[in-house]
Amino acid sequence: MRGKRYVDPEPFDTSEERPLTPEQERYYTASQWQLVWWRFRRHRLAVISFWFLLILYASTLVSEFLAPYALDSRNANFVHAPPQRVHLFHEGQFVGPFVYGYRFTLDLQRMQRIYVVDETDVQPLRFFCRGDGYRFWGLVEGDLHLVCPAEGGTFFLWGTDRLGRCMLSRIIYGARISLTIGLLGVAVSFVLGVTLGGIAGYFGGLIDSAIQRVIEIIRSFPVIPLWMALSAALPVTWDAIWVYFGITIILGLVDWPGLARAVRGRILAMREEDFTQAAVLMGARPARVIGRHMVPSFASHLIASVTLAIPSMILGETALSFLGLGLRPPITSWGVLLTEAQNINAVALYPWLMLPVVPVILVVLAFNFVGDGLRDAADPYG
Amino acid sequence: MLRYVIRRCLMMIPTLLAISFIVFVIIQLPEGDYLDSMVAEMQARGERVPVEQLEFLRAQYGLDQPFFQRYLTWISNILFRFDFGYSFAYDRPVLEIIGDRFWLTAILALGTVLFTWVVSFPIAIYSAVYKYSIGDHILTFIGFLGLATPNFLLALILLYLSQIYFGTEIGTIMAEQYIGEPMSWAKFFSILSHMWVAVVVIGTAGTAGMIRRIRANLLDELQKPYVVTARAKGLPPGKALVKYPLRLALNPFISDIGNLLPDLISGSVLVAFVLSLPTNGPILVNALLAQDMYLAGAIVMLEASLVVVGVLISDLALAALDPRIRLEGGLRR
Repeated sequence: MRGKRYVDPEPFDTSEERPLTPEQERYYTASQWQLVWWRFRRHRLAVISFWFLLILYASTLVSEFLAPYALDSRNANFVHAPPQRVHLFHEGQFVGPFVYGYRFTLDLQRMQRIYVVDETDVQPLRFFCRGDGYRFWGLVEGDLHLVCPAEGGTFFLWGTDRLGRCMLSRIIYGARISLTIGLLGVAVSFVLGVTLGGIAGYFGGLIDSAIQRVIEIIRSFPVIPLWMALSAALPVTWDAIWVYFGITIILGLVDWPGLARAVRGRILAMREEDFTQAAVLMGARPARVIGRHMVPSFASHLIASVTLAIPSMILGETALSFLGLGLRPPITSWGVLLTEAQNINAVALYPWLMLPVVPVILVVLAFNFVGDGLRDAADPYG
Repeated sequence: MLRYVIRRCLMMIPTLLAISFIVFVIIQLPEGDYLDSMVAEMQARGERVPVEQLEFLRAQYGLDQPFFQRYLTWISNILFRFDFGYSFAYDRPVLEIIGDRFWLTAILALGTVLFTWVVSFPIAIYSAVYKYSIGDHILTFIGFLGLATPNFLLALILLYLSQIYFGTEIGTIMAEQYIGEPMSWAKFFSILSHMWVAVVVIGTAGTAGMIRRIRANLLDELQKPYVVTARAKGLPPGKALVKYPLRLALNPFISDIGNLLPDLISGSVLVAFVLSLPTNGPILVNALLAQDMYLAGAIVMLEASLVVVGVLISDLALAALDPRIRLEGGLRR
């Protein structure tokens, strides 16, 4: 039987034998970032934390609207007023959300106001209402609030401070500063870390050892004393906004070595890879080889370590401001609010002065969870 | 080994010099010097400014000389006469103010490292051996909380709770009769028994991190073929854990001091301030607020040196324990 072939002339299709299910097909054709996202979604706590942070950051866009009072509106009659509870029912009848008003007496011996809840004074809350005037982002005049006290009434959900300012409103405004300072500080440290780590890893040799020495020296400084010393050196004459930027730069300046080491290690390992060699042979400049070819292949790791660096920045700012070395009023951050809690005797009498601790801890925890989830998801092929 | 020790010690010198230079730059950063602000304050109060005394002080501290000359004067005073400069705010030499407190800072750091070891050792082993058990999950979660809770806020919360429930302050670090006494063994033990609150507060984050690292290391080791072989040949489980994998997983105990120590010391500054412990922390804060820069610089310098020396000790200990490191001559940090 000459000429008889035993090979099937039909074109060979690999998927014919075991066809892919739609899910498998979706998985195999997904991009890297899609895989990272799918892997990240499996980490339940990280996803919850992610949405929590997203909502918090979104809230800083409309702080003026969310806060029931303006940042600095003083209620001279309600100094150190305790938190008011929101009720729904008055004497068995549904009234909607309302608070009971306060009466106060003066305790002349301890020089302290004593607030008594007046259960006959029903003050229904108003929603989407006109309240304290503000300048939205310092630009547009406005007075619309999500929730306001009743006409002539008060609404201090988290109490007031020594000038009778609403703690809740101040914490909402403080989020704007505390949350952004972490992002800006990380941006500074990211640029420094990637640039210097990239140079060290790519060129090696003398440059590498020089940068390595610098990193070693900066890392042997205890971070917080160094932050403190640098921010104490900021001129007293600077106005608030300059101090804000000064502090972000200081936070970033001290923090970059960790990131630089990670970048250096990755680039050192990647320098020998074929795709890098190809790029070099095709005449790409170092900045392009690093930025276009190397960084994208460990970008997910970078994002994870950056996420883990943000909470330490937020804490750094909180600590500095708490000590009186960081931001100063009129800028209001959570750390600035906590300076009121330095006096433990005041805190024992008015424990709500400690409330800014709560958002700080929650945000730090959330960033840690997100960072942890990202780190696990960063290498979706593993 | 000797060659390694000598090399490692020599490498410390340029690091310390570089640190001292950075510290001096920081000392010089604020505009004007302390004398300027003193003059301004005196004029504001309408006092007579003692010109001759000012000139004397200025010459004494070389405030009118160029930058590098001032640095050289400062560093050589430290090296040859152990003179860290003069605190203008306290009107005393810096060393007198921080001398005793420096030892407390060092003891506090040492105590915290010991605490970290003692606590993380059993927990890490338990978590690794009973991986993904309920106990492991609970411990991991607590560790996560410890890692994320900022220690000075923890101190603040503890201070508040103790104020409410016990009506006392927890910020004492030794029995009253020893305050101001010179260092002795009795005083040392009194400090140890009093400072545990501070140690726990400062140590939580480091402990949590240490647990996670040792657990990860031990898990890696436990999966290796030699452990399987040992088990297959009938080595009792306890011995198969302690004899080899545990020894290998313990390296971070020593090598991580380099990462742990800077965090501990920088955390202790804040915690000491909140709890008003008589360490250098509160002094540093007040010195910085008053721009008393020689005092502040000396403290930052000493704390950084503490870190460098601590890392040196840990590197040497690691080299003694692990022949791979001293033979390669490489440094692990």
